[in-house]
Amino acid sequence: MGNPEAIIELENVTAGYPDAKILENVTFKINRGEIFILLGGSGCGKSTLMKHMIGLNPILSGKLKICSLEWNAKNRQRLCRKIGVMYQSGALFGSMDCLGNVMLPLEEFTSLKKRERVEKAMQLLGDVGLADAANKLPNEISGGMKKRVAIARALALEPEVIFLDEPSAGLDPITANALDDLILRLRKERGTTFVVVTHELESIKKIADRAAMFDKSRRAMIALGQPKELAESSKDPFVKSFFTRGQTNV
Amino acid sequence: MGFCSAIGKKATKRARAIGDALAFTGEATIAAFATFLTPHKFRLKDCALAFERAAAGGLSIAIGIGFLLGLILAFQSAAALKMFGVEIYVADLLAIGLFRELGPIITAILLAGRSGGAFAAEIGTMKVDEEIDALRTMGLDPVRFLVMPRVLAAICAMPILTIFCELSGLLGGALILRIMGVPPAAYWEHVVSSSGMFAIVFGLAKSCLFGLLVGLVGCGAGMNTKSTADGVGVATTSAVVGGIIAVAIADGLLAVFCYSWGL
Ligand SMILES: Nc1ncnc2c1ncn2[C@@H]1O[C@H](COP(=O)(O)OP(=O)(O)OP(=O)(O)O)[C@@H](O)[C@H]1O
Ligand SMILES: [Mg+2]
Repeated sequence: MGNPEAIIELENVTAGYPDAKILENVTFKINRGEIFILLGGSGCGKSTLMKHMIGLNPILSGKLKICSLEWNAKNRQRLCRKIGVMYQSGALFGSMDCLGNVMLPLEEFTSLKKRERVEKAMQLLGDVGLADAANKLPNEISGGMKKRVAIARALALEPEVIFLDEPSAGLDPITANALDDLILRLRKERGTTFVVVTHELESIKKIADRAAMFDKSRRAMIALGQPKELAESSKDPFVKSFFTRGQTNV
Repeated sequence: MGFCSAIGKKATKRARAIGDALAFTGEATIAAFATFLTPHKFRLKDCALAFERAAAGGLSIAIGIGFLLGLILAFQSAAALKMFGVEIYVADLLAIGLFRELGPIITAILLAGRSGGAFAAEIGTMKVDEEIDALRTMGLDPVRFLVMPRVLAAICAMPILTIFCELSGLLGGALILRIMGVPPAAYWEHVVSSSGMFAIVFGLAKSCLFGLLVGLVGCGAGMNTKSTADGVGVATTSAVVGGIIAVAIADGLLAVFCYSWGL
């Protein structure tokens, strides 16, 4: 294999909302099968950038491609089938129980029989350690459990790229670690690409191939590379302090 | 300068709201066609649930308001008609008034308050919780998924509620006339003779239209919810107010049409 295949490409992207630019001149590529981390302080625009990548909000300027396709009305359905998303809040459908939530994409987009759908959804819930919460409603489970159900839902259609917005926030270390294992396993078994927003240094060390870091005050991407490199050899004081949790003289 | 820019801001806000409403109407029309073409993808269960909430939940209040309305109308008009000794014509007045106008419009106002507001709150909360975004990224059209079942439920619930409202209104009138000494048999005879089939069917058709309007306005307000602290509250208010205004305008237009066509 020569050049790795880029699955997501951003070129001079301005990210933000119609009345507010949040990040400018963002350029990077994410390769197929990579686990790519979006880093940065709270409010720097990680979720905003992710919402551009999953086609919810149009970028303000620049180019953004997924699987060589841009987000537009024509490509929309095709691209939606390639991605799975876990939102920062979980975004489970409150009117359905956990099993129903995971089964919904299977119901809408596969021709599986009911029994097969239940089986598959139960297996996904098992993967995130929630088989016993299948019949609970989203408002009857904890925040961390909601996120795990949302991850199971994002995995349901075996998408090529999975976006996770702070998957391990609110999880205990054991569950968070199991989640990291799940991500690594899926990457190994299916070659799935992951784009993950996370602050957990432990988890970054364990799973990340590369990371991009953003800064709110400079409204820009300030670092890109393997997390190990960033932590050890970055000259940028912000990047440094991020990896040392704000203790500058370690 | 401050004054001008304030006017400009207000105007752009209004224009944007109108644009949103138009876009939503377009999306809803497309979704309706899509639902029509692939009916097996219609969320029947959600529709049944919304129908149950709108119809069964609104039944007692529709009956109660209808009964009171009949009671009050009969009482007020009977007092005047009694001077001429023709209080029996209260029956005609009630039958024509309820079947053609009052039944559908009072029920529509009730539905706007109960279900229109509820639709906006449900969909608005989903919007704030990113559930609508989640539907979009799954490739599911939220209008088709959330709006269609609710609108259809409102359309189906309206005529049922309207009939109950009208019948209980007539019952209220009967009670008053009974007290005034008019025999019930004579009352019902007048009711039947004055209420033509056309008036009843026209009233029910109108109530279906009102159901459509209330459902669309309620769901539209929900879909346009802003993610601020008072977002869902604002959406609910505009669903109720907008629903009532839409129904009033539609009723006025229909009255003009009916008059000019001699119906
Ligand atoms: N709808 C919106 N319109 C305008 N600005 C917004 C909107 N949503 C968020 N912002 C702004 O965009 C900036 C980035 O927000 P974003 O949610 O992307 O941050 P984040 O990096 O995900 O932070 P966190 O780690 O806390 O989740 C924030 O300053 C926020 O105020
Ligand atoms: Mg975020």
